[in-house]
Amino acid sequence: MIGNDIILALSVRSVRLHFLRSVLAALGIVIGVVAIASIGMMGANMTLSVTEQLSDMANKLTVTPYTGGGGGMMMGGGGGGRVVISSGSSSDDDDVITEKQFKTIQRIVAKYGTAYTVRSESDRIEVGSDTGRATIYGLDPEIMREILTVEEGEYPKSTTSVAVGPTLAERLNLKIGSKLKIGDPDEGSTTTVRVVGILEERGMSMDLSTDMAIVGSDKLFVGIYGGEGEYDQVNVVVNDINNADVVKTAIEDELNRKEDTVTVQDSSRMMESITSSLSTMTTFVMAIAAISLLVAAVSIFNVMMMSVNERVREIGILRSIGTQRTEILRMFIYEAGILGLVGAIIGAVMSIIIGYIVVVGMVGTAEYFFAAGSISYVPMAMAVGAAICIVTGVYPAWRASNLDPIEALRAE
Amino acid sequence: MSIPVIELDDVTKVYPLPAGDVTALSGISIRIDEGEFVAIMGPSGSGKSTLLNQIGCLDRPTSGDLFLAGKNTREMDDRELTSLRLSSIGYIFQKFNLIPLLSAYENVEYPYIMKHRKNDDTGRVRDLLALVGIDESLSTHKPNELSGGQQQRVAIARALVNDPAILLCDEPTGNLDSQTGTQIMEALSELHKKGRTIVMVTHESEIAAYAERTIVIRDGRVA
Ligand SMILES: Nc1ncnc2c1ncn2[C@@H]1O[C@H](COP(=O)(O)OP(=O)(O)OP(=O)(O)O)[C@@H](O)[C@H]1O
Ligand SMILES: [Mg+2]
Repeated sequence: MIGNDIILALSVRSVRLHFLRSVLAALGIVIGVVAIASIGMMGANMTLSVTEQLSDMANKLTVTPYTGGGGGMMMGGGGGGRVVISSGSSSDDDDVITEKQFKTIQRIVAKYGTAYTVRSESDRIEVGSDTGRATIYGLDPEIMREILTVEEGEYPKSTTSVAVGPTLAERLNLKIGSKLKIGDPDEGSTTTVRVVGILEERGMSMDLSTDMAIVGSDKLFVGIYGGEGEYDQVNVVVNDINNADVVKTAIEDELNRKEDTVTVQDSSRMMESITSSLSTMTTFVMAIAAISLLVAAVSIFNVMMMSVNERVREIGILRSIGTQRTEILRMFIYEAGILGLVGAIIGAVMSIIIGYIVVVGMVGTAEYFFAAGSISYVPMAMAVGAAICIVTGVYPAWRASNLDPIEALRAE
Repeated sequence: MSIPVIELDDVTKVYPLPAGDVTALSGISIRIDEGEFVAIMGPSGSGKSTLLNQIGCLDRPTSGDLFLAGKNTREMDDRELTSLRLSSIGYIFQKFNLIPLLSAYENVEYPYIMKHRKNDDTGRVRDLLALVGIDESLSTHKPNELSGGQQQRVAIARALVNDPAILLCDEPTGNLDSQTGTQIMEALSELHKKGRTIVMVTHESEIAAYAERTIVIRDGRVA
């Protein structure tokens, strides 16, 4: 029995008759859809997970001494793979934030949130026989409790105790109670401190990058490096995210009135630049993936032309017994559409599987995999794949529908 | 006097070829009335198939007019001519020309579905297949699983399914042995007796003998 839409039935039968050829043509579409969808999803997941991390610090401003370079310093190497960390600012140059400047900042911020000082220095460290470099932060112990979380152990209180970041602890195999030496013996004295706490992972951040750093009290820091009343950085936490801009402008207006003395940085610039470079990268890779769809389109075109050429006589018969041109057109568009649809559906299923693997492998988390911004690449790639098939099928179908019935009937 | 079913008025068909124009028909005027059984005879290449293709609206005359049931086909577009082929003309070819993807039953049902936009629920397809001697088990066969005679019977059933006013046959027995040919001719005679207008091209006089009237074509002219 044949359905009411006999034209569709003919298309289906033609596809089935040339099963292998159809499968191969559809396979091209499958590959194209999978490539586009999984790359798109990977990009979306990267962007989502980075934005999520970054938005945690959207209410934070950092004030650093003006260095003339336009404030290029960002993220103190938080995600770097080496123990060596170069802090954005170091106290061996003259650029510091003075106590007076800090008081001014505090006064401005008072209405909107809080400000605290950060001292930091990159120095040589020694654990047993291992040596390396790390950033040492000096923070007010009160502040430390507010902004950092200790995963294991406790907050350092004395001038001989420190907390260490989780990555550093792992690299140097530091435990609670481990001893470590700070400072280069060739250049002067070293200070031995005891690890009393291991910090929780904090990830990429621009205010403090503690994952690979050592955090001690400001007394400990001043004891080693001096610099009473001088700070490397002032961090501002704004209570209402919407005030971040106001605070930034107010600080700049006040402290940079005569000449530039500080750089105020908010996370929005960094966020924008990261997400835009991520999306540029994703778009670029997706464009490469789109080439595979183009190749698929060529193979669909080829199959459709073959199908039309093989069926010239059949087209002649159909036309001679009263099949309209538009119906012949429809028949071949359907055929291309079936190939596209089958390819797109298989491609969609496979891109969910392969995309998941790629996302877990490249982004490290599938947390955002089913978010609308990510999973929507599947229907999008499907639509593109199916549409390409249909568009590619238009010319062969048009050719078929315009065959002269008599000429077509003469074909062998 | 009633309007003729088919009327050709000074029909000429010229095929423009690079090597020079071929005039397949020149100045043909014929009228065929309702219920007639007309045979068109003539030597090979004389223009018989070309003439039948004009009548069957598969082709358009280079000049001259073709009237079907009084309507000038020159004024019709491809869409109208196609629906004329679907509803008013039944075509039977020498090479059977069944649709290879469809079974015998479906081949007969195809023009019905095209016309009525639904499956045949009236039993007409089954009845027609029975009329031409194709039983139920054969009707599920694909054309390549049928003999030449069986294919031609299916083709006749297909030509009749939309109850066309005109039945056109281009050498319907040309690819069949004489015994099968006789059976096909008897089936056609039967249809003629029931009042169907039939125009048949043949070059065999025994076949032409089934018709009431014979038109002889020579070099594209009525001889
Ligand atoms: N499509 C075409 N292009 C060019 N010339 C054609 C075409 N169709 C037919 N002709 C020419 O027109 C003439 C008539 O051909 P037609 O097929 O009508 O002959 P016929 O009487 O049916 O012959 P036969 O008995 O062999 O079938 C021939 O000379 C043929 O070569
Ligand atoms: Mg002929």
